[in-house]
Amino acid sequence: MSDKLTIYGQEFSSRLLIGSALYPSPKCMHEAILASDSEIVTVSLRRQNSRAGGDDFWQLIKDTGLTVLPNTAGCHSVQEVLTLAQMCREVFATDWIKLELIGDDYNLQPDPVALLDAAEQLLARGFKVLPYCTDDLVICQRLAALGCEVIMPWAAPIGTGKGILNPYALQSIRERLPHVTLIVDAGLGVPSHACQAMELGADAVLLNSAIAGANDPVLMAKAFANATLAGRQSYLAGPMAVKSTAVPSTPTLGMPVWHQFNE
Amino acid sequence: MQIFINDSAFEVPEKASAEQALVTFGAKPPFALAVNGQFVAQGQYQHLALQDGDRLDILSPIQGG
Repeated sequence: MSDKLTIYGQEFSSRLLIGSALYPSPKCMHEAILASDSEIVTVSLRRQNSRAGGDDFWQLIKDTGLTVLPNTAGCHSVQEVLTLAQMCREVFATDWIKLELIGDDYNLQPDPVALLDAAEQLLARGFKVLPYCTDDLVICQRLAALGCEVIMPWAAPIGTGKGILNPYALQSIRERLPHVTLIVDAGLGVPSHACQAMELGADAVLLNSAIAGANDPVLMAKAFANATLAGRQSYLAGPMAVKSTAVPSTPTLGMPVWHQFNE
Repeated sequence: MQIFINDSAFEVPEKASAEQALVTFGAKPPFALAVNGQFVAQGQYQHLALQDGDRLDILSPIQGG
């Protein structure tokens, strides 16, 4: 069965998008990315000669041959987003942009109002926008109405690992926006969280800290790959209906007679 | 005149181009440039005359989540 993830017309087999930050070493990052079977890896831009990153990092990413998804992490205004997005497009040679526009520094919550403005302006400039947003249904609807073919609501604030704080919200977004590519981004902590997101109907999950921060990031990358696939298969298979009372799974017809005498 | 590249001060000739500033800084590809918070495309480096006090940001790939 062909079951592909579609992002702005491009098809992918893996439904796990992986970040490239926070790993103990570049070697570990490289091995974890490969172990995850991800086909899309997130990257960013920072001032040259800053401590992190550098030529070695970028060469490792390029050598994987994977699709890169640059982000606008750290931006607090629409203008910052527009500038950084254009810089990303030039350096990474892609129209894709993971739109991040922080509204609150305490929980790194996206600014829902400015996000709409930024998305509209990026789309007008030819970007293929993947907006990181909260799990507010109406914000997601507005982003889709602007032309975002992908919506990326959070499970929980970035880096918390709390898992899906509001399953109802994500389920509502899935039901109300059935044709949008829905990627749950941020806040996942363990593979069962990814599995739950996929069971709720997400098309994919994007995560970084949960893998990079594990004791064994490479093994955790494999675990997330398995969980993401399991959740997807569960969603496609269609789960049983939940019941309020017990129902025996073993047939009751033909029970031996001694059962009656023991009561 | 004095300009700032990635928050460090540099002396460059009057009306120096963005390209001259990049050479002064020793920028290594791949990178992208912004001047006073506005993106400057590669094709404009030669033609953009800088002014005293301009602030340049030279950004390169880094890990991201």
